[in-house]
Amino acid sequence: MSMAKAITLSDTTIGKKVVMAVTGLVLYGFVVAHMLGNLQVFMGPEQLNGYAKKLHDLGPVLYAARAVVLVSLVLHVVMVVQLLSRTAAARPIGYRLKKNQTTTYAALTMKFGGLALMLFIVYHLAHFTFPGVSMAAGYKHSATDVYANVVSGFKVPWVTAIYVVAQLFLGMHLYHGAFSLFQTLGLSHPRYVEKARFVAQTLGIAVAAANIAMPVAVVAGIVK
Amino acid sequence: MSKTMNLTLHVWRQKGGTDIGGFETYKAPEISEHMSFLEMLDVVNERLLADGKEPIAFDSDCREGICGMCGLVINGVPHGPNAATTTCQLHMRHFNDGDEITIEPWRAAAFPVLRDLVVDRGAFDRIIQAGGYVSVNAGSAPEANGLPVAKPDADRAMDAAACIGCGACVAACPNASAMLFVAAKAAHLGLLPQGQPERYERVKKMVAQMDAEGFGHCSNHYECMAACPKEISVDFIARLNRDLMRATVVERDHEEKSGGAG
Ligand code: HEM
Ligand code: FES
Repeated sequence: MSMAKAITLSDTTIGKKVVMAVTGLVLYGFVVAHMLGNLQVFMGPEQLNGYAKKLHDLGPVLYAARAVVLVSLVLHVVMVVQLLSRTAAARPIGYRLKKNQTTTYAALTMKFGGLALMLFIVYHLAHFTFPGVSMAAGYKHSATDVYANVVSGFKVPWVTAIYVVAQLFLGMHLYHGAFSLFQTLGLSHPRYVEKARFVAQTLGIAVAAANIAMPVAVVAGIVK
Repeated sequence: MSKTMNLTLHVWRQKGGTDIGGFETYKAPEISEHMSFLEMLDVVNERLLADGKEPIAFDSDCREGICGMCGLVINGVPHGPNAATTTCQLHMRHFNDGDEITIEPWRAAAFPVLRDLVVDRGAFDRIIQAGGYVSVNAGSAPEANGLPVAKPDADRAMDAAACIGCGACVAACPNASAMLFVAAKAAHLGLLPQGQPERYERVKKMVAQMDAEGFGHCSNHYECMAACPKEISVDFIARLNRDLMRATVVERDHEEKSGGAG
């Protein structure tokens, strides 16, 4: 006799993916907002520093928003660790020859790219958010002059290189992530699948390109 | 004149579940282009037998593309290079003289190798036993107009019911996930009126069993759909996800409180 166990969504692999999709959407929103905020570096020091001050003056609202992003990130990573640890055992003996027919490079690199993003997030926070932890010699952190931080931070070529590489991973993660999350949430439709792929690709490239433009502009002396 | 070809096969050989196994290379000379892939293996096996060697074990039954027994990974693709074709329906004219062909069993922890290219797909049976049924006496075919079914639902149910349970979806998936199989089986009942009463319980039970069998999760690579000999759409996976969310969030009231019969 079998008992129909009362399963909760998050017990299942599908439920864990649902959590990843929802938290991924929150993180995607954060990434876009963060990018739009930072792009004001091209509008000069007053604009960027003014924006930074406005953000800061939000006080509790800012901290609430940060909490949502942080909790989403933690859940996203906890779910992925749970999923990958069981899926790692799903094919103990691999193929000698395996040809993938439709999947993309972006989809296949989600694991490695996600790990790279995690490392990058830690580095990025150490670089700009927690002063004194900076790894670039000669970098002076100012709590109010964000513009100066950006310029002096990206003058170091290897720092800029880390950012550029990280953004390539981000772009791919956003591409497969945005494409995948609608399927996970059951919202995709075969009629729109190619359009969805195109939009996800375009947005991924756009975000990566915009984020790369900032450090590169400093190195090139356009932002100084 | 029909073409014949000389082939070199690299075949996975494994005496049983506990044997480590490995690849053996065989010559397959003078293979007719009209043979099916399985007939080609039959010929190779007859020569092996004549030489007093163990024939290559592989599964087959109907040999007409409907039973789902004949899964082989051929040169890295489940059921070989032809789209929408089972191994038994794959013909040798799709190969060329001098080709090297690597033949492997489905690879998944949930599908243990029994011998050579034969795997145990009992995990699929247990998923069906967990929920892939309707608990009413369906009897003989009802009067056609007695139970109206909307045409799009009937069509979609038929598309889902085309699944022959061969396991190519699992074999193709980078995660060895069984989502396409489970999605097709859940949808073919869940789209029809007879399947409605148990729709959400069914999805929960089947997904729980799928996870318990040790299949991987779905990363939306869509390799399953590309490998499926019946071209089952990943749209059924989106539907499975929707139904499971609904089953665990909205339809909790219908949870069985105690075990039913069976
Ligand atoms: C910038 C922050 C991030 C964003 C915007 C983001 C977004 C997403 C989205 C939308 C998905 C798709 C979920 C789905 O398939 O339904 C996803 C999947 C994934 N994320 Fe992230 N993510 C971020 C950070 C991370 C981090 C830090 C890691 C790793 C530690 C990670 C690892 C993964 C992996 C491995 C998958 C694929 C899961 C699978 O389908 O197998 N992500 N992400
Ligand atoms: S032997 Fe039945 S489908 Fe191939």
